[in-house]
Amino acid sequence: MATEQDILQGLGKIINEITGIPAAEVTPEKSFVDDLDIDSLSMVEIAVAAQDEFGVEIPDDQLKNLKTVKDVLTFIQN
Amino acid sequence: MSANRVRVVVTGLGATTPVGGDVASSWSALLAGQSGVRTLTEDWIDTVPVTFAGTAAVDPTEVLPRPESRRLDRSEQFAMVAAREAWQDAGAPEVAPERLGVVVSSGIGGINTTLSAYDTYKERGWNRLSPFTVPMLMPNGPAAWIGLDRGAQAGVHATVSACASGAEAIGYAMDMIRAGRADVVIAGGTEAAIHGLNVAAFAAARAMSTRNDEPQRASRPWDRDRDGFVLGEGAGILVLESEEHARARDARIYAYASGVGYSADSHHITQPEPEGRGIIMAMTQALTDAGITGQDVKHVNAHATSTPAGDVIEVQAVAKAIGTHPLVTSTKSMTGHLLGGAGGIESVFTVKALQERIVPATINLDNVDDGIEVDLVHGAHRALPAGDIAAVNNSFGFGGHNVTVVFKGA
Repeated sequence: MATEQDILQGLGKIINEITGIPAAEVTPEKSFVDDLDIDSLSMVEIAVAAQDEFGVEIPDDQLKNLKTVKDVLTFIQN
Repeated sequence: MSANRVRVVVTGLGATTPVGGDVASSWSALLAGQSGVRTLTEDWIDTVPVTFAGTAAVDPTEVLPRPESRRLDRSEQFAMVAAREAWQDAGAPEVAPERLGVVVSSGIGGINTTLSAYDTYKERGWNRLSPFTVPMLMPNGPAAWIGLDRGAQAGVHATVSACASGAEAIGYAMDMIRAGRADVVIAGGTEAAIHGLNVAAFAAARAMSTRNDEPQRASRPWDRDRDGFVLGEGAGILVLESEEHARARDARIYAYASGVGYSADSHHITQPEPEGRGIIMAMTQALTDAGITGQDVKHVNAHATSTPAGDVIEVQAVAKAIGTHPLVTSTKSMTGHLLGGAGGIESVFTVKALQERIVPATINLDNVDDGIEVDLVHGAHRALPAGDIAAVNNSFGFGGHNVTVVFKGA
């Protein structure tokens, strides 16, 4: 079972790869839209990559509820 | 031709080709007679009868930021690299968004994306596809991304006519400026089609060289032993501008884009019409459009792809429509055939030839075929005369599309 820190690191890498945002800026309290300026299609790209990386399905109706990095960490851990 | 018609000038050039990652390196490679054709190592190579191609000298993913590369099909990556070079070369002109247009085309579009996305869909399901799959595979994608990059609002277009696409884009861009729809238009062609399916399909049409033991000797326009074209990849882009706009900002003017001619053979879907009537018509109309005669044309960058059928028909048509005097070359002998990108890079090379007054030699032309009267440049590059001269770029495509673009020295 991956720790929250592992997941955060993995997510930071994915977000950096997709958006160019430095992985260090991907911290739990950040909002994808308001803080990281990530649009809805980029969120889909991140979700597709996260599904491959962490082996979890993120359905579209759940994706729209994932507003902060912390929301994604919690979703993946559960 | 109306005397007070808007005149179009070329103020920026960009290219990424099998012989160089930009205009300067591509042009010096052409003058040095270097081939950009290489043996391929892809995993599909044993499934096709052709094992070589003109791969890009500089991979576009090495130039573009990673987040941008992954959203762009390779054809879009090439177009973006060349468009940015052209824009900087033009001095990054200040132009109102509603006066800036883009016309950039490809022959096949995002074929690599289409095929790899189909594999992803079949093997892993629809929800593993990138949300950018559609803009990566659509043939207007390169034009659209460049338009977004520059904020162009006067119209963003992609003219599709197989291997004439890039030249047709330049013609359409000239027409946009002359019609008063735009002051500046980014125009050209791009292609990224080195994939097993394309090689297989062109080989099935018996159009490709199979000189697998001598890849750099395979593209040999007008040579007796030519046996088909060599696939290449890359993009060539020009910044076109109304003369008034360019003069007002004191831009460097490479050349005038002074005429374009279009025709359709309506003869056969892939074979050239043996008398070259359609080609003659395109060249004649382009000269008329430019307000010049054949005597003014001192150089032709020919379509000549190294196929047995097309090369001689073209230069016989040149002799009839323009004359036997121009210095004729085929830079495809070094770059291979970039399909929809051909008209883009070859227009860049035609403009460079006018600017530097030098015509690169066609390589691999050991024994000139019968029935050719024009002055083919081979062995060594040749000088163009000083003064008020014009040069022509021809591009023809499957479907019988013929486009001729005329440039005049500045």
